[in-house]
Amino acid sequence: MEIKNAMAGTLESGDIMVRIAPGDGLQVDLQSSVSARFGRQIKSVITETLRGLGIENAYVQATDKGALDCTIRARVTAAAVRATGKDVWKD
Amino acid sequence: MMFVPGNNPGMMADAHIYGPDSIMLDLEDSVTMAEKDAARLLVYNALKSIDYGGTEMVVRINPLSTPYGKKDVEAVVKAGVDVIRMPKTETADEVRELEAEIVKVETELGCVGRTRIMAAIESALGIVNAFEIASASTRMMGIALGAEDYTANLKTPRTPEGSELLLARETIVVAARAAGIACFDTVYSNLDDMETFRKEVELIKNLGFDGKSIINPRQIEVVNEVFAPKQKDIDKALRIIAAIKEARAKGSGVIAVNGKMVDRPVVLRAERVVALAIASGILNEEELS
Repeated sequence: MEIKNAMAGTLESGDIMVRIAPGDGLQVDLQSSVSARFGRQIKSVITETLRGLGIENAYVQATDKGALDCTIRARVTAAAVRATGKDVWKD
Repeated sequence: MMFVPGNNPGMMADAHIYGPDSIMLDLEDSVTMAEKDAARLLVYNALKSIDYGGTEMVVRINPLSTPYGKKDVEAVVKAGVDVIRMPKTETADEVRELEAEIVKVETELGCVGRTRIMAAIESALGIVNAFEIASASTRMMGIALGAEDYTANLKTPRTPEGSELLLARETIVVAARAAGIACFDTVYSNLDDMETFRKEVELIKNLGFDGKSIINPRQIEVVNEVFAPKQKDIDKALRIIAAIKEARAKGSGVIAVNGKMVDRPVVLRAERVVALAIASGILNEEELS
C-alpha cells in the first residue's frame, strides 16, 4: 500500500503524536516518559494496528504523553488514513 | 450531561471519574474541520475500550448535511453508543433521516433498535417544531436546548437572567412532556460565576427540566445539589405514598395527609420526589420495597 507523510495526534497529556512516512518494513521510533516500562507495549499496539490496516511498510515516529491503548490505536489509524488517502479504519 | 471534546483523549479517559449521569463526547463544534476524522476515530475507540461503568454515553454528531454526519453515525453505532445527539434540529424529517441512517448500520450489525436519539434544538424554527421533533421517532429519549446558537438565531445576546430563553425553555419542557420524553437545559459557560450558574439550575429545575448540560466537572456538584430533593420533601413524599397505599388497600381513592387532600397529581409529584431521591443516592430502592 502506497503511503505518504502524514501525522495525527497532539502533545497534550493523555495523547500521542504519530508521524507516518514511507519505510521498508515496520520501524517504530518511540519517545515516551514511560518507555522503560511500557515502550514494548506501545510499539506493539502501533505495529499491530498498522498490520491490521494492511500496512507492512512504514516508518513511524511516535511521541507518547501517557496515551491509553485505545488512543494509540485511534491516532495510528488516523495517521494511516491520512497517509494512504483511504478510509482503512472500517472494521 | 457533561460535554467532553471528542478530540481530547485525556479528558475522554477521565470524564466518568467525576460521576456525571451522562457524558456527551462531542464531534461537532469543539472539533475543527481538519480534525473531524481523527476525533471520530478517538470517540470510536474510546467507546469500544474505556469502561465508563453505568454512565450513559452520548455522542454529538455533525449535522447529516455535512460531509461528516453519516460517517459519525456509522462509527458511533458500531461502537455501541447509547444515544446520538443530533445538533441544530429544526424539523421532524431530520430526526427521521437520522433514524434511517441508524437503522442502516444497526441492520448490518443485527441490533436494530439499540441506539436512542436526543435532538438539540438551537433555532427559532426548531422551537416552533419542538413537539413534532420530540415525537418524530420511538427512539427519541430527549430534547435539549442549545442556547448559544438559539440566541444568535434570535438576534439577541445571552443575558445572566436568561429572559431571552424563557419561551424556548418552556416550549421544550412542554413538548417533551407531551411526547413523554426527557428534556435537558443548555450549558452555562462562565465557570467563574458559580452563583449565577446555581440560580440558572434552580430556574430550569423549577421549569420542569430533567437535567442540565455542563462543560466542567466543577458544575456537577451544584446540579446534583439543586436537583436532589430535600429531606423534608422526601419525608413528605414517603408519607403520601404510604398513605395512598393504605387507602388503596382499603378501597378508598382520596385521602388526607397532615390535613391536606391528596389526589392523583400530588401522588405523581411524590413519586417523582422519591425517584429523584433514589437517583441521587439519598434513598435506597431495595429498602423501600
